[in-house]
Amino acid sequence: MPSVSELQEMYEQAVTARRYEERLQEEYLEGKQPAFDISAGPIPGELHLAAGHEAAAVGVCQHLRDSDVVTAPHRPHHVAIAKGVDLRRMTAEIFGRRTGLSKGKGGHMHLYDPEVNFACSGIIAQGCPPAVGAALAAKKRNTDDVAVAYLGEGAISQGAFLESLNLAGLHDLPVVFVVEDNDWAISMPKGRVTDVDDGSRRADGFAVHGDRVDVDDAVAVYEAAGEAVGRARNGNGPTLLEVQVHRRMGHFMGDPESYRPEADAERAEALDSIPRLEERLRAHGVEDDEIEGIRERANDRVEDAIVWAKDQPQPDPEEAYEDAFTQQPEGWPERPEVAATDGGER
Amino acid sequence: MAQVEAPGPETTDRELTMSRAMVEAIRSEMEENEEVFYMGEDVADYGGIFDSTQGLLEEFGHDRVMDVPISETGFIGGAVGAAMQGMRPIAELMFVDFFGVCMDQIYNNMAKTAYMSGGSVSVPMVLTTAVGGTYNDAAQHSGTLYGTFAHLPGMKVVVPSTAYDAKGLMHTAIRDDDPVVYMFHKRLMGLAWMPAPEGPKTPVPEEPYEIPFGEADVKREGEDVTVVTLGLHVHRALEAAEELAGEVDVEVIDLRTLVPLDTETVLDSVRKTGRLVAVDEDYRSFGVTGELLARAAEGALEDLEAVERVATPDVPIPYARPLEEEVQPGVEDVVEAVRAVR
Repeated sequence: MPSVSELQEMYEQAVTARRYEERLQEEYLEGKQPAFDISAGPIPGELHLAAGHEAAAVGVCQHLRDSDVVTAPHRPHHVAIAKGVDLRRMTAEIFGRRTGLSKGKGGHMHLYDPEVNFACSGIIAQGCPPAVGAALAAKKRNTDDVAVAYLGEGAISQGAFLESLNLAGLHDLPVVFVVEDNDWAISMPKGRVTDVDDGSRRADGFAVHGDRVDVDDAVAVYEAAGEAVGRARNGNGPTLLEVQVHRRMGHFMGDPESYRPEADAERAEALDSIPRLEERLRAHGVEDDEIEGIRERANDRVEDAIVWAKDQPQPDPEEAYEDAFTQQPEGWPERPEVAATDGGER
Repeated sequence: MAQVEAPGPETTDRELTMSRAMVEAIRSEMEENEEVFYMGEDVADYGGIFDSTQGLLEEFGHDRVMDVPISETGFIGGAVGAAMQGMRPIAELMFVDFFGVCMDQIYNNMAKTAYMSGGSVSVPMVLTTAVGGTYNDAAQHSGTLYGTFAHLPGMKVVVPSTAYDAKGLMHTAIRDDDPVVYMFHKRLMGLAWMPAPEGPKTPVPEEPYEIPFGEADVKREGEDVTVVTLGLHVHRALEAAEELAGEVDVEVIDLRTLVPLDTETVLDSVRKTGRLVAVDEDYRSFGVTGELLARAAEGALEDLEAVERVATPDVPIPYARPLEEEVQPGVEDVVEAVRAVR
């Protein structure tokens, strides 16, 4: 069981992540009303928010340290927050600013914070092989670091994931695959894309340990992840851990969710993990004003990051030509010469 | 099917968005031929993230408008297999950038089977895919990759720029006995959440019609400079030509298909103007613009006075607006290039 202080930490991360998504939703929709235009408003591009996934982030990351590697998918903010990614610079990146984690080049699906070994990417199951590679590096170097790959239940039919399971099992690598099962792959319910209800059973075919947490509960995830991370850290091989979460804000901002029965959205609302975590705190004797204090601190931190990010400069257009290589060849990339306008003499 | 002269857009007042025109052709082919079916992620209840299958589920059900697991290698390779059995599947790769997941099935299987079998096996399938940037979707969701697909032999490559062409090219694609990669630009589809420019919404005749592959469309006639382009940039080139009207008389050619490529129409124009500007949203190096300049040099060197190309520089597509706007070829870039060759 997590200690009271661990519970408080997990709660603070969870409410920070929730507040963050709520505030990003507000910021994103600004400039997109009344007609939704994806290319308008202060936050560029697509936005996949993770409200309802917090238990999976805080329950697992509570067991991790900065040197452990995490790869996350296109819905990454909650995991980034739980892993300790710099919130100001992450927010600046999401707003497309020069002081963002990637100088505005990456965006919300491509957040990299090497200080805490966090990365995410926009293509399904893409982070699984790199997590296996990070685990391989840890094993070769004899550290006791572990790697955690987050993916959605929609990703468990992707070759990159299945190949990763095999490779991880074959070499007993210190990696944990965390499947966040939110029941929906954009518009496709789980039952339409796989005949296996319990995704952790995918582990069986690869002689990898498999486990599933059926309730959207941070403490239950903490317990299961403690075993999985411990197993990896102790050199006893990989785990596939599926955890039930809920999607509260559509696949992306602007998703009409017309395919989703209203009852399903209501059910997700009713099964939210945050009130449950709050109850745990109360059961451990944490007073309401302390809980309120944690919430206020979380809100302040989110607000600080957003205010800071919005005050940051836009990148200079010329910066678009930097960073494709670490050792950029001279004169690269090739660009058009300054145009001649004297009737074609060149 | 007998080749009938396509009814022109002037035969009707009915205007459609590009997505609706594309879907109309698919619906018509599915009604005519029960061996045509559609597979892709979120193509059934959602109707395609970019409206590429809007309304088809209601008419044809989940058996023929199939949602598939996120397993591009599996279902695109599956389409190849069904096509080798003589069915006419349409498989959708949600974003062209995802080709990285499944290029083996596309490149080594779909594209090479006819040749490797000495012509004894054909793969009559369509691979539809969404391309293009302009809405800050960053490096893994904004590519066009026209040149990548056109470079690899064995695939016909189609890039509609209007609703009229989208319908006719889709009819041709489904009826074609070879694999056809049908690349539709997100910005042209007429999505409620991504406003299209003026231009792609056109009159579309109700009856089925084909647009033959390998026939470029001269969108605007001009005497001074030839601009050759495709997709979204047809509209940007036309806007540039309009801006230059009175100063430079610009001819704008929409390639419509990259494989086969209508070299003759390009050369005819270049022989007339002597000045070629190739415009492409894909990468500058080793791509469509370089190919066009090479063909002009091979076929009309004597007539060539000046060339220029406008394309995306060789960097992954950046996220922040000022950065994407910098690399994305705009109307003013075309104007500047036309002036440069003038």
